[in-house]
Amino acid sequence: MARYILGRLLSAIPTLFLIVTISFFLIRVAPGGPFDLERPLEAKVMENLQRIYQLDKPLWQQYLLYLKSVASGDFGPSFYFRDFSINELFAASLPISITLGASALLLALVVGGFMGMIAALRQNRSTDYAMMTAATIGVTIPNFVVAPLLTLFFGVWLGLLPVGGWNNGAAQNMILPIITLALPQIAVVARLTRGSMIEALRSNHVRTARAYGLSNYAVVVVHSLRGAILPVISYLGPAAAALLTGSVVIETIFGIPGIGRYFVQGALNRDYTLVMGTVVVVAVFVIVFNLIVDVLYALLDPRVRYD
Amino acid sequence: MTGAKTMDGGAVLDIRGLTVDFDTPTGTVKAVRGVDIAVSKGETVAVVGESGSGKSQTMMAAMGLLAQNGRTKGKVLYRGDDILGLPARRLNRIRGAKITMIFQEPMTSLDPLYTIERQLCEPMVEHGGYSWSAARKRALELLQLVQIPSPERKLKGFPHELSGGQRQRVMIAMALANDPDVLIADEPTTALDVTTQARILELLADLQKRLGMAVVFITHDLGIVRQIADRVYVMKDGEVLEEGEAESLLKAPKHPYTKMLLDAEPEGRKGPVPDSRPILLEGQKLSVAFDLGGGFLKAPQVLKAVDDVTLTVREGQTLGIVGESGSGKSTLGRALLQLLPHQGRVRFSGHDISNADKREMRPLRREMQLVFQDPFGSLSPRMTVGQIVTEGLLVHEPQLSAKDRDRRACEVLEEVSLDPAMRNRYPHEFSGGQRQRIAIARTMVLKPKLVVLDEPTSALDRTIQKQIVELLRKLQRDHGLTYLFISHDLAIVRALADRVMVMQHGRIVEAGETEAIFEHPVQDYTRELIAAAWQNLEPVGGN
Amino acid sequence: MTSTTDERDIKPGSAVRGRSLWDDARDRLLANKAAVASMILLAVVAVACFLGPLVSPHDYDEVYREYVKVPASLQPYPRADQVTPEIESVLRRARVTIDELDVESGSFTAKISSSRKIDPRVTRYVDRSDLFENAEIFGFSADETSATVRADVKTLYFFFGTDSNGRDLMTRTLIAGRVSLTIGLLATFVAIAIGVVYGAVSGYLGGRTDLMMMRIVDILYSLPFIFFVILLVVFFGRNFVLMFIAVGAVEWLDMARIVRGQTLSLKRQEFVQAAEALGVDNTGVLKRHIIPNTLGQVVIYMTLLVPKVILLESFLSFLGLGVQEPMTSWGVLISEGSRNVQGAAWMLIFPSIFLTSTLFALNFIGDGLRDALDPKDR
Repeated sequence: MARYILGRLLSAIPTLFLIVTISFFLIRVAPGGPFDLERPLEAKVMENLQRIYQLDKPLWQQYLLYLKSVASGDFGPSFYFRDFSINELFAASLPISITLGASALLLALVVGGFMGMIAALRQNRSTDYAMMTAATIGVTIPNFVVAPLLTLFFGVWLGLLPVGGWNNGAAQNMILPIITLALPQIAVVARLTRGSMIEALRSNHVRTARAYGLSNYAVVVVHSLRGAILPVISYLGPAAAALLTGSVVIETIFGIPGIGRYFVQGALNRDYTLVMGTVVVVAVFVIVFNLIVDVLYALLDPRVRYD
Repeated sequence: MTGAKTMDGGAVLDIRGLTVDFDTPTGTVKAVRGVDIAVSKGETVAVVGESGSGKSQTMMAAMGLLAQNGRTKGKVLYRGDDILGLPARRLNRIRGAKITMIFQEPMTSLDPLYTIERQLCEPMVEHGGYSWSAARKRALELLQLVQIPSPERKLKGFPHELSGGQRQRVMIAMALANDPDVLIADEPTTALDVTTQARILELLADLQKRLGMAVVFITHDLGIVRQIADRVYVMKDGEVLEEGEAESLLKAPKHPYTKMLLDAEPEGRKGPVPDSRPILLEGQKLSVAFDLGGGFLKAPQVLKAVDDVTLTVREGQTLGIVGESGSGKSTLGRALLQLLPHQGRVRFSGHDISNADKREMRPLRREMQLVFQDPFGSLSPRMTVGQIVTEGLLVHEPQLSAKDRDRRACEVLEEVSLDPAMRNRYPHEFSGGQRQRIAIARTMVLKPKLVVLDEPTSALDRTIQKQIVELLRKLQRDHGLTYLFISHDLAIVRALADRVMVMQHGRIVEAGETEAIFEHPVQDYTRELIAAAWQNLEPVGGN
Repeated sequence: MTSTTDERDIKPGSAVRGRSLWDDARDRLLANKAAVASMILLAVVAVACFLGPLVSPHDYDEVYREYVKVPASLQPYPRADQVTPEIESVLRRARVTIDELDVESGSFTAKISSSRKIDPRVTRYVDRSDLFENAEIFGFSADETSATVRADVKTLYFFFGTDSNGRDLMTRTLIAGRVSLTIGLLATFVAIAIGVVYGAVSGYLGGRTDLMMMRIVDILYSLPFIFFVILLVVFFGRNFVLMFIAVGAVEWLDMARIVRGQTLSLKRQEFVQAAEALGVDNTGVLKRHIIPNTLGQVVIYMTLLVPKVILLESFLSFLGLGVQEPMTSWGVLISEGSRNVQGAAWMLIFPSIFLTSTLFALNFIGDGLRDALDPKDR
């Protein structure tokens, strides 16, 4: 197993390299530059800036320099947030996004899994229909509609929770963002769990468990749920990577200093290093979570073996 | 209990007037319509019927295992107490403890995520009052009882690491764990190879004798009935048509349906073809290897599915290729038709077609055709029967107009005894036997010389099998066809083929004229195959 | 012999018509109440969005300065209490004094006077207001310092209220729907076309080609989607249609995977092998056996992709990267609405209702189609 994990991590290096290369040249090809302000800079100032940020060198040299610094873990200085390095920006914002994302993920797994299980056990009855309609609503309503509505209801009308802001991670400031992040995930997890649970409940080995008079708990949890959770896990891999790397919408609406905003800001301001940094962070998360999913799969399903 | 049906007033399990209805979106399906079945201590009762007769649903209903949309009426008395429709909690005192079941699908009836040991112990801990450690000890004894090799190691293994026969033995061990009063076996050997089948049946019969429980044996195979049953119930369309002592019922069936079932053993023999007939198909030193992956960093794993096989088929001949699953017989058939890359030479009516590409093969394709085992999978689901049957004409007689093709479709459907008016219907609207007729019609429309039949009858009921055999024989007679008949079913091969080749692990074990092979097999493996097959079929096949 | 000839002469038309799997699927879909209701709802929304703006009395970019952020109402504007203050303010702007004012339903008459000569162009001040029309001036006094002004009160309906620029929200919502629906269909069409071809080719050719093609898909997958989209906005910013063709070109990845998976499993099916054994060539196999059997999945994916793209468009618009003013889309309207949620809730509520009900309908249709085409899970 250890060898398998090592192998997977090694094989991630060329993938990352490709991603860095493609996005480096893509963002450079995009029209405009980091110092194109509404009021053009003086030629002299522009030249100085370009030299400081090494934009005066040929593109391939810049590329090699960037590769070198990324390989040593340095994402370089930000072009837009002039006094900060990308590493500093991420050190401040990534933990916030991870806290919110992880909480939302946990909430989604517990609530969604439970809803899906209940719906499967009550298949084609009113409980099932109610749960699945709720799930469809959850998937359908976009978060930029949910977020203002929740703010209006709990913040403005009921006055229970703050309307926005981070407030150094105070619990009451996290509730609405977490719920908004979790709602669509709850819905997806519930639907997935229901589907695979129904399939599991109809499978021959669950029939065996029933025929041998095993308790309801053994039939539902031991012999159905464990197998039914597998598709949910493979969904949650990429979903977790997306959740933990922040959400632009939620961070904008609630005014949270997470990493999600940097995607948009970086790209719009041609902050090359910021864009590249976010791309690399997301790619690493995706790779790591796909690996975690595969390892979990092997732990849960003895038919899957990596060696 | 004083039930009229019980033999000695001591029925352990007594099913009375049981009906099972399924609510479906297209209306109610009456799967079981008032069935009475009783079994006494120490007795083996067989419930016989073809697929769709309701024999399995009867037992599933009795055990509370129906799908959600199933509704039941009637009584299921276990030692006098009605257990039909009991809530799961009360039913669970009986299921798995007093009445246990073995299922048809050994491959999927065990949970893939848990060890054999864990699954064997679960019902013991649940019902038998065993501690986990005591249950583990008993599990080992049980595996020894069902004669699984190296039982200690198998206990720690997972279901996917066991063969089908071994898994069925594990199921039997599980069924015996709590010393049940009744064992219900639902087609326990159907999915297994013949030799494995015979061993599992022996084991069951032996255990029943030693442990003395009542056995309800659900099967479609009358051969098995004779071998193990004391009494028989014959079911059709959800009703019991006939019941009685096994011996007398099999000897003198009263109901015409039972007579037909008994008569379903394919009849007739095919005489040999003279050596003067020209050779149609010839294979020399054929081998087919499958790459099982590996590669990079690992030694490539190669499975030799066909290993150095040489054969000749003369015009008008029927060569039967027999062997168990995995023996390479289907692979051989496909390699001969150039549907798989192979080593060695293949000659067809004088042309060397070894590894010919698609374009070179196209003109020859109309002369060599293939019929598949699975009539459900081999017909394109979104095409009408007319389109399916005439697809070959699009390729080989592109000059035909749509009207001509339609006429040809009608002719060929009539030839396989299907109503041509049905040609605009879709495959899912036909029964298994009808679909196999469609598949045969598809090959016949091209008027081929050679037809490779890959287990064309294995997915069908016995009575339907017999009709397909008759049809194949008629077509051969009318068109002078040459058949390559691939099957694991020795009775059918004996009826159709004039030459037989026995395959095992990709090699030819034995080959010769049909009667010679069946009467005087030389190799042990052939003997074992024949013994296993005729053990089941002896009472019916001995005419 | 004659009887068989008779049977063979059966005309093609007289054969029993079969029920194809499509027929079955259609019946199952029509039996699904949620799906049917959704289809009707979707049709209503689509017709309203495409025809509504044509019959609406307001243009989507017509600004009523006197009606900024008026609430949704079935009653006509102006309200009775609005008329008098507006007359006063209009005539004040025209620098005349009102001596006598007579407001009737539908019109008013005002006697006005001024210290100087009254310019007949006073009527323009009146007409310029969104509340009045057909202003006329008459009855000048001899020195032209007093006169009578008469004008009709213009009745307007704002069923959804107006936005913060005083534009009719209903017309804007319908126009926005046009944009959102068109974009959803356009991008979906592009994504499906690329995905089906790519997936089918990759799956059917197999081997090394397949490996390479799927490797490319994997790499594209691991690029952050939002980065891609924002880059596209940067590239195509000015041309919205072009941009969504590009978005479609990003969204094809899932479709390619689905179709490839289907193709791989279909390739192993015996009916494909049967066709190959008959000598049918690649084109025939793809045309008759593979593509018809993947269509079900494609249709299902399509109904699910349309809402996804609409959502994406709304999301971009929400970030301010979408359509340019005065053109609008549901995302733009919702974004404006969420900024005015205190005090002008209708600006959030109406576009949200349209967007979510469309998304709902599409999701239910997608679910219905999946159940109808793949009935094993009923």
